[in-house]
Amino acid sequence: MRRFLDRYWYAYAMVLPVVVVIAVLVLYPLAQGVFFTFTNINEGNIANPVLDRPASYDVVGFKNYLSVLSGGESYGAFWDTLVRTLIWTFSCVFFHYTIGLGLALLLNRQVRGRTIYRVLLILPWAVPAFISAFAWKYMFNAQYGIINQVLRAVGLPDPVWLGQSNWALVSVIIVNVWLGVPFMMVALLGGLQSIPGDLYEAAEMDGATPWQRFRHVTLPGLRSVSSTVVLLGIIWTFNMFAVIYLIAGPNPNSRILVTYAFERFFSSASRDYAIASTYGVLILSVLLVFATVYRRALRKQGEVW
Amino acid sequence: MTLDASSLQVVKAPERRLRRADRSRGASVLLHSALVVASIIAVFPVFWVFVTSLKPDARAVEPTPTLFNQSSLDNYTRVLAGEKGDFLAWFGNSVVIALMTTVIGVFISATAGYAASRFRFPGKRGLMMSFLLVQMFPFAVLIVPLYNILLALGLNGTSIGLVLVYCTTAVPFCTYMLKGYFDTVPADIDEAGRVDGLSPFGVFWRLILPLAKPGLAVTSFYAFLTAWGEVAFASAFLSAADESKTLAVGLQVFVQQNRTEWGHLAAASILVAIPAIIVFYLVQRFLVTGLASGAVKG
Repeated sequence: MRRFLDRYWYAYAMVLPVVVVIAVLVLYPLAQGVFFTFTNINEGNIANPVLDRPASYDVVGFKNYLSVLSGGESYGAFWDTLVRTLIWTFSCVFFHYTIGLGLALLLNRQVRGRTIYRVLLILPWAVPAFISAFAWKYMFNAQYGIINQVLRAVGLPDPVWLGQSNWALVSVIIVNVWLGVPFMMVALLGGLQSIPGDLYEAAEMDGATPWQRFRHVTLPGLRSVSSTVVLLGIIWTFNMFAVIYLIAGPNPNSRILVTYAFERFFSSASRDYAIASTYGVLILSVLLVFATVYRRALRKQGEVW
Repeated sequence: MTLDASSLQVVKAPERRLRRADRSRGASVLLHSALVVASIIAVFPVFWVFVTSLKPDARAVEPTPTLFNQSSLDNYTRVLAGEKGDFLAWFGNSVVIALMTTVIGVFISATAGYAASRFRFPGKRGLMMSFLLVQMFPFAVLIVPLYNILLALGLNGTSIGLVLVYCTTAVPFCTYMLKGYFDTVPADIDEAGRVDGLSPFGVFWRLILPLAKPGLAVTSFYAFLTAWGEVAFASAFLSAADESKTLAVGLQVFVQQNRTEWGHLAAASILVAIPAIIVFYLVQRFLVTGLASGAVKG
C-alpha cells in the first residue's frame, strides 16, 4: 500500500479535483436520478426543505418504464420521438460533417484573406446559443421574418416555419447545422494540417487524380479526428436541448427525447420528475449502446482507440 | 534552469502544398465565391440582429424589412440605463461566473489531463471512459438531485455553486482535449526539467503549461462559452432576486415579459454577444492547432 502511494501519489493528486467534482456533482446525482425512475416522485411529494415538508413519494418498480416504453401519447409517444431524435441527430451530424469538411478543404488551400474567412466562419460558435436562437426565431417569423420576405420576393412558397408541421423540425435542424459546422470545420482543418505534405507529393508523382488523392490520402489521414468528432457530435446533438427548446418551444413536431424530458420536468403542471428521469436513463442507454457498437466497428477496421 | 520553454516549437507550421500560382483563375473565383457565400451565411444572423437593434420596436416588426428604419442607439442607452431590468448587475454576475468557471475548470482539467497524458496509474482508463459517459446523460434531468446536493453543501443560490455545476459540463471535454494536447509535447522536456531539479508539479506548472497555450486557449474558450450562455441551470440555482441573475436568465425573463420589444431585445443580445466575441477573437488563432492535436490523439 505504501509503495503504491509512493509511486502514484502525484498522479492521483492531480486527478483528484476532477474526480471529486465529477463524483459529487455528476455520479451521485446520476445515481439519485436512476433511483427516481423507480418512484412516482413529482413536485407534490418531493421533500421540500423550504416548506419543511418530508418526502412522501413511493417506490413503484418498473411502472415508469412500462408507461414510457408502451409509447402512449400522454407519455411523449416514446417510439415516434425516438425516430424523430434519430432523424434530427443524423441529419445534423451529416451536414455538420460534410459542410465542415468542405469548408476545411477550402480553407486549407492558399487563399488570400484566409484568416478573415476563418474568423467569419467560426463566428456562429462564438455567439451564445440563446442569442443565436433569438436571431433565428426572429428571422423565421412567418410575417415579418427576413427569410419568408426573401422567399416571397423570389416567388417561392413561404411556409409557417415554426408552426404545427414538420417545418418546425426542418427549422431547428437548419439552426443547429449553422451552429455546429464551425466546430467540425476547425477540428477537421487541424486534422488536414497534420497530414504530411510528402504524402500528397508522392501521390502526385504516381499520377493520382485530385479525387484519388482525396480518397486515398486525405480521408485516411482524417480518420482518427473524424471518428472522435463524429462520436462527440452525435452525443452532443442527441442531447441538444437548448436550440430546440428556445426556438420551437414545446412543439410536438420538433420534439426529441431530451426536450420532452425537459418539458416533463419544467413545464407541465405537476413537474413529473420520475418520468423525466426515466427519459434520461433511456437516453443514456441508447447512447451507451450506440457508443459500444461504434467503437467495436472502429476496432474491427483496425483502429486502436 | 537551462531550458527555455518558450523557444521550443511544439506544433509545426502547416506545410504549404498548393501555391496560389498553381490554380487557374476560374478555380480561384469558384473558391472565393464558395467561401464568401459560406461566410455570409455564417455572419448574417448576427448582422441582422445588429441591424434590428438599431430600430425602434415598432419598426422591427414591419412586414417589409429594411436595413435602416429610424435607426439610432436609443435601444442601447435604454437597456444600459436599466430600464429593462438591472442589466449592468446581470452583466457583472455573468462575467464573474464565466471567468471563475474558466479558471477553475481549465486548471483542474489541465492537471487531470497532464496526469492522464504522462503517468500510468490504475483507474486511468476508467477515468477517461467516465468522461465520455458524463457527456451522455441529459444534464437537465440532474437538476433536482443537484439542487439537493448544493443545498446540503450550503452552496444553493451562490455563484460558486453554479460555477461548480458548469465545471462538470466543461471539464470532461477540456480534460480530453488537454490530454491530447499534452501528448504532443515531447516527454523529454519533462525529463530535462526533472534532471534540473523540478518536482512533478514544477514541471507541469513551469514547463508544460507555457508550452500548451493553444490547447489552453481552446479549452478556456469552451469553458467560458459554456458558462456565458447557459440558461437552465442558472435559472434553477440562482436566487430569484433580480440583482443576482446572470445575463442569460435576465434576458429570458425579458423575452417572456416583452414579447414585442424586438429592438430592445436585439440591443441586449448584441451587448451579451460582445464579450463572447472578444474572447473568441483573442483565442481564434490558437483554435485550429489546439483543437486538432486534442482530437487527433483522442
